[in-house]
Formats: sequence, structure tokens, C-alpha cells
Amino acid sequence: MKVNTGATVTEPGSSVKNKTGGWRNMRPVTDLARCKRCGICVILCPDAVISMKNKEEGPRTDYDYCKGCGICANECPFKAISMVAEEK
Amino acid sequence: MNEESLFAPGHTACAGCGAAIALRLLLAAAGKNTIVTQATGCMEVVSTGYPNTAWKVPYIHVAFENAAAVASGIDAALKAKGMRAGKNIIAIGGDGGTYDIGFQALSGMLERGHDVLYVCYDNEAYMNTGIQRSSSTPYGASTTTSPPGKFSIGEDTVKKPLAEIVAAHRPSYVATASVGYYMDFQNKVKKALSKKGPSFILVYAPCPTGWRTPSEKSVEIAKLAVDTGYLILWEMENGDRNTLKVTKMPPKPRKPVIEFLKVQGRFRHLIDKPDEVKRIQEFVDAECRRYGIE
Amino acid sequence: MKMVLRGNMATAYAAKLARVEVIPAYPITPSTLFPEKISEFVANGEMNCQFVKCESEHSAISACVGASATGARVATATSSQGLALMHEILFIAAGMRLPIVMAVGNRALSAPINIWCDHQDTIAERDSGWLQFYAEKNQEALDLMLMAFRISENQNVLLPSMVGMDAFVLTHTMEVVEVPDQKDVDEFLPPYKPLYTLDVNNPMTFGAFSSPDNYMEFRYATQKAMENAPAVIDEVFAAFEKKFGRKYSRVVPYMVEDADIVFVAIGSMCGTVREAVKEMRAEGKKVGLLKITTLRPFPKDLIKKYLANAKVVAVFERNISLGFGGAVYPEISAVFVNAGQRPKIYDFIIGLGGRDILVSDIKQTYDIAMKAYADGKDDVIEWIGIKKEML
Repeated sequence: MKVNTGATVTEPGSSVKNKTGGWRNMRPVTDLARCKRCGICVILCPDAVISMKNKEEGPRTDYDYCKGCGICANECPFKAISMVAEEK
Repeated sequence: MNEESLFAPGHTACAGCGAAIALRLLLAAAGKNTIVTQATGCMEVVSTGYPNTAWKVPYIHVAFENAAAVASGIDAALKAKGMRAGKNIIAIGGDGGTYDIGFQALSGMLERGHDVLYVCYDNEAYMNTGIQRSSSTPYGASTTTSPPGKFSIGEDTVKKPLAEIVAAHRPSYVATASVGYYMDFQNKVKKALSKKGPSFILVYAPCPTGWRTPSEKSVEIAKLAVDTGYLILWEMENGDRNTLKVTKMPPKPRKPVIEFLKVQGRFRHLIDKPDEVKRIQEFVDAECRRYGIE
Repeated sequence: MKMVLRGNMATAYAAKLARVEVIPAYPITPSTLFPEKISEFVANGEMNCQFVKCESEHSAISACVGASATGARVATATSSQGLALMHEILFIAAGMRLPIVMAVGNRALSAPINIWCDHQDTIAERDSGWLQFYAEKNQEALDLMLMAFRISENQNVLLPSMVGMDAFVLTHTMEVVEVPDQKDVDEFLPPYKPLYTLDVNNPMTFGAFSSPDNYMEFRYATQKAMENAPAVIDEVFAAFEKKFGRKYSRVVPYMVEDADIVFVAIGSMCGTVREAVKEMRAEGKKVGLLKITTLRPFPKDLIKKYLANAKVVAVFERNISLGFGGAVYPEISAVFVNAGQRPKIYDFIIGLGGRDILVSDIKQTYDIAMKAYADGKDDVIEWIGIKKEML
């Protein structure tokens, strides 16, 4: 690491180097059959961990970063996401 | 991960952070032609740990009380260079950095009429420094500097009506919002950014750590605040009080406020005090009446 | 073009000539005339500048930081309590390496409240990372302000500068000032080329959060920038002399070569000291004056050069670090403390809060210093001109 002038960080979004997935105790699991591709989980995730490239594939959770907060599961209107214990 | 999000993963906000949701929603509505100034606080600390940053828009953090003043300088500089058009300037502060220490700079920015949107993410205490009360902390809430005790009910003053004080400055746009109603919030952001002049949005952002609530309930509680009338979502345009309108009516009948209080650890000590709950319900009822909510 | 200008106006003209783009300001005596003049320039379309009427000095300097980070050339002015209110942001501006230039009407700090000439305000900010220049005359105020932009904006420096001028003695007193032509200033001072800017096409994060892992290295790097500054200052002074014919140096010696006692002074009082030196020389006393123009970075090299051969260095201070003495005395002392050959260094507190400094005060100081030297005194911190009957 080098100290940059003025403590300026020139690479936007470089926080992705910090994989926060190790934080969680529970992990969200999405039942893609129940999922209606509404996109609410994508919108609300505090950590921008869920992406949806297209409706066919549906939402994808990036477990490198997911902190297991459970908001996606709690807010899914179709109860398509369940929180299961993280295996140690 | 969601590569489009202008607030990237890898930040160190608590799991379930309401403020992080607010930031994501805000940036999604504002788009990448946005310059952000931010006050010291949770969101600043978790997102800019050197050498990394979660921000994918130009961003500047200076100090605790001056996000609005820094934004004023950016507005002036872009205007001086003839480069103001086509960009948003958004100043962001928590309730601590806005209601209290940042109040003066906010008032100055509004009065001078800068083309800046100020967004305050409100989790009702100084969370980053360990859950101390702010003037946003509601009556009865437990914080580390307003703990309940033999001679204390918790916070003994009512929440400062900041959005109303901002409205008195007659800005281009002022609104309250909640991460519980994300479309209402994002519509308000877009509306604010479409107008010239200063604007302000107060967005309610639950803090599972400070409120002692389950991390998965942050959005749900932000909805419950509105559905009990505890939080009123309104907007006012062009400094004209006649345009004031409630944008999200609670369900009829309105849920009793105890529904909101009982799911939060910070209000737990009130639950067995019906007089206090009644006092809070009366306050909520009075505010709802003022806004034409049944 | 020669004009009759107050010091405040001279710095306002400097800002105008430097094509400053953003001036966030707040009024405080005695620097108010600066924002007043700027707002007049702007109101008449004589200056393409955004004048931001801030609601406090803290917000003014904060807006300076925002504007500078956006790539604009930025300036402001303040004094005393206003500078003190800016305190935390001064350190931040330097740490963020932003080349803001500020004119300071040097005024006493409360309490008790006093609007007159004193150096406590800028002296109290000597740790901040800002370069510090002090003017003896209104001409110097204009010239130093102009040069400060070029020095601060140099990529090997990138630190903000403050230019001090004494309250009322300079800020308000009219003097003949040579105001350079815009064309010449444009040649001397090209537009600001920032290292980083807040740019939607190249998003960066300014003001990141440091930790014990890296803070020392950030501070070290900023100190290194301060150490680069003397060479840049000397080079800019030389370029200025070439272009405009007026010579500046980080310290200005006057009759120090064979002096037994050298007086060290800052600001407008140097005029008085110089007069006293002339009179004392006529009486056969071997005295000299070393004027400090640049206090930060501290001109260690030149202090050593010009003071090493003196028997006594008498430091005049329009400031007092309560609990010790003046602030310049220990810095000069540090230059010599481990040296083989070193003068006696004595400290004299003078002219606080606008107390007039007279030639007779300087002569009195000479007598005190010579007596102390003869008595072999090690530790001399004396107040000149104190009215004992009032205590």
C-alpha cells in the first residue's frame, strides 16, 4: 500500500477487495421456482450483493460479500428466499 | 455482486444497515453524474477506509459539520468554470452531522440558494461513535447518553422537527422519506434533482445495532414507522406551503404506535409503562392531525 | 500601475489579478475590506469569480476546500477569531493537499477581545501545514499573495498558504502600491492545474479514512512537501524579481554581517526596527535586523546563516505561547541548541493587541539585551512596554 497525495483514492469501488462474506452466520438461499423476478432483493440489499442479469437466470447472490442480514428474505413478497445456517 | 451499484460491496456497514440501503437507493436514483460530499459518520467511515472506497461517483469527505458548506464550494467552483450543468451535487449527512453540528452549514447552504440536494440519513442517534443521542433521538429512546434509569425515561426531549425547519427556509424541494418505501424515496430524489436551487430529503434509516432490532427487519421497521403515523412522509415544493402534501397515507385504521415501539430494544423499557406509551401515542396523533392524517 | 491602496485592497487586487475563481468569505475586522472589494469587483463584472457569502468562517474555509477539490483557484481572507474558528479545517486543507491562499489581517485573539495588530492568530496555526508569509508593507501583501498561488500550486508543494498583514497598520493604512498589469500576471501565474479533481468522468474519493497502519506515512509525506517548499519559494521569488523587479527572500537581513546584536522581527514592526537600527548604528552600536518573511516552512538554513555570528539574538514577538514565551524564540533556539558556535538568544514580547511599537522600545530592548549578555544571562523572556502601574 502506498500513501497517495491527500489520502485520495483514485480507484472507484475498490472496496470490492474486501470480501465481507466471512461475516455471516446465516446465508440466504433463493428458490428460483418461487421467485417472480420482481427485483426487490436486488434493490434493497444494503451491500449490493444480489444481481440479476436477466429474468431467465433470475437473481444471483454473491456469497463473497453477503453478510447474511436477511433483509432479502424478509422483504421478498413471494417468500422465495430462506435463511439457512452457514456451514462452518 | 451488483456491478451497477454506485455504492459497491465490501464496505463495512453492519449487516442490515438501513443507511446503506438509503445510499444505494439515493445513488440509483441520482445516477453517475453525481458529486457527493459527506459528513463524518457511519456511512463515511464504513465506505472510505484507505486505500479503498465503496464510492463509484466523485466523493469528498472533509469534516463532521460541513458537508453542506463543502457542497456550496463545489457548486460555486463548477459555476465559475461554466461546468455546472448536467451534474448533481448531493451532500449527505447522518442525523448527528445534520440536525446538530451540521445545522448551521445546512441553513447557510439553503439560504444562499445553492443547487445542492442535502440528504440526511436519519437513524436517530450518533451511531458511529456508539449510539449517543442527537436532537433527532425521539422521546423515550434509550441511547448511551440518554439511558433509562431510576430517574430517567430515556431521551427526555421530543425529536427536533428538522424537515419543517428546512421547509421554513423555502427551498426548492423538501421531503421526508423512508427506506421502507423505496419508490417514494427515489421519486423524491428525482424530483429534487430536477429542480434548480437547494433541496432537502430526510430519509429514515433504521440501525439494527443502535435500535437493537433484528438485522433482517430494517426495511420492515422503516415501513412500520410510516404505518403507525410515527413518521409522516410528506413533500413541499418551491417553498410554497400550499403544495405540502402527504405522499404515503398510513393504512386505515392507523396501526397503534406500540406496534412500532415493541419491536425495538431501544424502547423496551417503555413497554411496561402505559402512561409513557400513551404520551407517545398522543404526540403521534397530534402530528398526524396536523398533517391531515386520520 | 501605481495606486494608493489599503493592505486589504492590495490583497483583493492580487486575488483579482490571479484570476481567483471562487472566494467564499465571511466578514471580520480587520479583514472585511477584502470580501467587500471582491464583491464590488464581482458586482461590476470586473472579476469572473463566484463570491460565496458564507455564514461563518468555518463554512467559508470548508467551501474553499470543496471548491479547490473541484479544481478551482480559491482564496479567502480572515483574522483572529475567524482564523481560530477555521482551525480544524486548516489542518484538513493541508492534509488534503489543496492550494488555497488566504490573506490574514493579523489580529489579537480573545480573551479579552481586541481587534488590533498581533500575530497570535497565525502563530497559533503554525502546526497546520499551511505555508506562512508575512508582509511588512502593503506592496508585500499584494506581491506575496500573488506568489503564494504559484508556490502553493507547485506539484512538489500542493499546500495552502496564508499571507499575514498587520491589522490596521497594513490592512487599513493607505500606501502607494505598484499593481501589476494583468498581462504580466497571466505570464507569471498560469491557470491552476490540479493533481486530482472531483470529476464525474473520473470518480475519486477525497478525504479517506486513515488508520495507525498508514497515518504516519501520510504525515511524513506532507512534511516532505513542506521540505520541498523552500526551493520552490526561492525559485518563485527569483521569477517574480525577474518579471516585476521586486526582490523577496524567505528572510531579509539588514546590517547583520558585523552585528553584535541582531533583532529578529516579523511584519510591519520591521520598519520601526530598521529605523532604530539606523539610529543606533549612527551612535556606533553594532546592531542589525533579520526580518522573517516566511515562517513556514521555518527557514532553518537562513536563520543559521545570518545569526550564527551574532553575540546576541533578540527575538521580537507579537505573540505569547502562554506558559512559555514567544513562539519564534524556541524555533530559532532549536537551530543553534546543538551547534558549536551559537549566540545568546533572548525573547522579547512586544506590541500585543495593537500596542504601538516605538523606536525607543527597540533601543530599550538593546539596553536590556546588552546588560543580560554582560551578566551572562541564559534565560531571558521579557515584556517590552508593559505598564506596570496597571497591574
